[in-house]
Amino acid sequence: MTLASNEISWLIGGPQGSGVESAANIFSRACATLGYQIFGKREYYSNIKGEHSYFVVRVSDKTIRSNINQVNLMVAFDAETVFRHYSEVIKGGTIICDLDLFDAKLDEVRTIDAPFRARLLDQLNKDSIIVQDVLDLAKQNGVRLCPISFRSVLSSVADQLKMPHLKGMIRLFNVLGVSFSLGIMKMPSQSLLESIDATFAKKQSVAELNKNAASYAYNYAAAKFDDFPRLLKPTSKNPQTILVQGHQGTALGKMACGCRFQSYYPITPASDESVFLESNEILDVKENRPGSTLVIQTEDEISAMGMMIGSALTGTRSSTSTSGPGFSLMAEALGWAGINEVPIVITLYQRSGPSTGLPTRHGQDDLLFAIHAGHGEFPKIVYASGDVEESFYDTGRCFNYADEFQLPVIHMMDKFLTSSVVTCKKFDVDKITISRGKLLEKIDGKYKRFAFTEDNISPRSKLGLEGGIFWNTGDESDEEGHITEDPEVRIKKMDKRNSKLSVVLQKIPQDEQAVSFGSLDTCVISWGSPKGPILDALEMLKEEKIEVGFIQVKLLHPFPADRVKSLLKGVKILVDIEANQTGQLGQLLKQHVCEPDYYVLKYTGRPMTSTEIYESLKKITEKKAQKRQVLRHGA
Amino acid sequence: MELKVGDYKTEVHNDWCSACGDFGIVNAIQMALCEMQIPRHRAAIFSGIGCSGKTSHFVNVFGVHTLHGRVLTFAQGAKLANPDMEIIAVGGDGDGLGIGAGHFVAAGRRNLDLTYIIFNNGVYGLTKGQASPTLKLGEKTKSLPTPNINYNVNPIGLAIASGFTFVARGYAYDVRYLKDLIVAAVRHKGLAFLDVLQPCPTYNDINTRDWYAGQDQTDEITQKPRPRIYKLEDTDYDPVVHYDEESELNEKLTQALIKSLEWDTKIPTGIFYKNEIISQYDRRIMDKIPNYLENPPACQCISASGRPTTDLSKILDSLSV
Repeated sequence: MTLASNEISWLIGGPQGSGVESAANIFSRACATLGYQIFGKREYYSNIKGEHSYFVVRVSDKTIRSNINQVNLMVAFDAETVFRHYSEVIKGGTIICDLDLFDAKLDEVRTIDAPFRARLLDQLNKDSIIVQDVLDLAKQNGVRLCPISFRSVLSSVADQLKMPHLKGMIRLFNVLGVSFSLGIMKMPSQSLLESIDATFAKKQSVAELNKNAASYAYNYAAAKFDDFPRLLKPTSKNPQTILVQGHQGTALGKMACGCRFQSYYPITPASDESVFLESNEILDVKENRPGSTLVIQTEDEISAMGMMIGSALTGTRSSTSTSGPGFSLMAEALGWAGINEVPIVITLYQRSGPSTGLPTRHGQDDLLFAIHAGHGEFPKIVYASGDVEESFYDTGRCFNYADEFQLPVIHMMDKFLTSSVVTCKKFDVDKITISRGKLLEKIDGKYKRFAFTEDNISPRSKLGLEGGIFWNTGDESDEEGHITEDPEVRIKKMDKRNSKLSVVLQKIPQDEQAVSFGSLDTCVISWGSPKGPILDALEMLKEEKIEVGFIQVKLLHPFPADRVKSLLKGVKILVDIEANQTGQLGQLLKQHVCEPDYYVLKYTGRPMTSTEIYESLKKITEKKAQKRQVLRHGA
Repeated sequence: MELKVGDYKTEVHNDWCSACGDFGIVNAIQMALCEMQIPRHRAAIFSGIGCSGKTSHFVNVFGVHTLHGRVLTFAQGAKLANPDMEIIAVGGDGDGLGIGAGHFVAAGRRNLDLTYIIFNNGVYGLTKGQASPTLKLGEKTKSLPTPNINYNVNPIGLAIASGFTFVARGYAYDVRYLKDLIVAAVRHKGLAFLDVLQPCPTYNDINTRDWYAGQDQTDEITQKPRPRIYKLEDTDYDPVVHYDEESELNEKLTQALIKSLEWDTKIPTGIFYKNEIISQYDRRIMDKIPNYLENPPACQCISASGRPTTDLSKILDSLSV
């Protein structure tokens, strides 16, 4: 399979901590400012410095929502990147490789682990290999090599700038790699320089140094490989485009919808959101004094949860952001918020479990855990976003659900979403609505916090509100909130709380519960981040005149069985796609609707690509597929 | 209109054992609130789990009965979001120094302006008398099958080491003095800790009311029982850090630690340590968010006619390409 015209898939790799991420940001921004769409993803080990990290950035003039298996331009300035990724570069593609690496031996790359080493030697049927061996193989497969000595280019830059200490500054290899790429591709150099300025906006001297190195490297590569065909034709620019990192969707959503308190404990991959919130803690407010988000780093996730609930009791929109291990610690207090009908939002950035699992890798392992978290029976909402743009608006929805139904909302995100860098339509704050439900600002007469009402949702007071004194307890309680063990009150209170789930299903609009991208004979059903790769895969199939539908379930609990049933009417073959081992949405479907006919699952810790989904769906439509397909692409 | 002590009492049936030290503490809390004339809607009692956890239901102000060991987390969250609230957190010694010890230490580091009272009785009463973190090594209260093999936590010492800026001890049967200490704790600018010795008449048959009264030890001069409890203020002990110098701070910390070790025959009550020089948490927040206190999270205007009032244009512009 080849790439679409006017599209590239670019890969840069290097040791963790060497600046791969900044390099990818410079590259992404440079392309995005020229009007191209970007979809980038970052992969890294649980490690501070030294282990292999890489970034794949897909650039296109069409809408793209995922990565693909193929790479057509790779930059390697360390041996590990070559060994791990050379085979992803397709025929007609290019590897820009540091000349000084050619003799590097596989056995001498300490960060390459034994299973991968063994697989590679086995594939090549050799006892030992050097970089040159795999590059030769790539060449035989029709890959063009662009060897450049990064060290000598750096040395020339140092001479030109009369800064001899630069010769040893291998951190600059990243920006050289980006510049070689853009130079070879003949992309306008101005976008590169502007992107460097934007990336190092707060460090002027670093920006200058990088720009000098970049200009030299750009010109060097453009001249040396001047026969290189132009890969990307110019495209037109959409003025309403932003380039965002995955965690910024929920963070900006929180700012916009009035979340003013966030407590958290550091955990990958959730902390980026909290750090972004704190970095932007003072907020502009229309026609008013500045507001602020109070971000508190707590001693553990139990405290993050307790503080969030305490804050929510004052009427403040409050939240926390965490990942699986942290959420496990929050389960007890989740039930407290449930029994006391406290509106809170937990943004759950899933990663691969169980336990510490693959701490920096992707997974959708926690759906059923989120639904069942906490002992006892209490209502909660579990809601999932499919991409970064959605996550901005969904954050607003989650806070409205929490306020309107007075219960905890768990907003499901994941590592794939948070470590993506994407272009999307500029977030429109005016599209967010704010509904505080039955939150009171003034109270006359006798007040009972848990008064029985027709819709089972009671008017809500807040700490500090005159006349609105209430009691909360984790015990069963009466209408005022005082402890009771009376069996009849128990029935009434349990029924009051749990019946809110049917109110949720009545009141949340159908298209917020599940979204249809076409309901056809063969139909995919999924939740969360596979959305992007699925949509891209369906377009690839469409080009081959294979039509497949897609239902994205967003409300996972309470499960919108009626909505899903109506969308699945007429579907003959149902394919469940999700990033876990046991097919958790499939289990819900089996319970509430019907069992899927096929499962496409991935649990390597790496996100799905559209290529993989395309291939597995094709097998299904050709009736050559097993009931359960396991995807495994990605280093 | 002046509020009376009765205004701070609820009608809720109190199911503590008769003669429980907890009664003295809840009375002292109600008296202290009354003395300070804190409007009922501006005060909140947060409580943990156990007998002491029920305290919030007996006081007629906002009452939040939380989870075992987690009371300080809820209380701090509320105080941070609405700094106008007067917040008193209460809980048992097992709650605060066993399951909740991590939160106790972390709260000290923050120094929010609230008060934390531990009902210290050496046992887990509600689960039938197991040893709590403050029970001494080798002691065997009546429902323990064998003597306690853990060393005890020193609550006063731990509070001082953790950064609490007001550290005091009261006695549940000296209600008036306890009330005075609660008033002082609430008025203290910063995080106040009050360790209240609270005999559990049902399960702690060692640290009983008679034991605290010294019925088992005789004063050599008067030939009467010599009470163990005494007040630091009746001695020349000065708990206050008066000026911002390391030597002053070290002296006051050290003397408080040494005092906290006094136990068997003489037990000090009163204020061990008081430091208003260390910055309160809200001041530290104001270094980052200057209008935090005038526009705290709970007071912020977030919407107008159902639409956000937050203006994100600067951030969104910086992301534009």
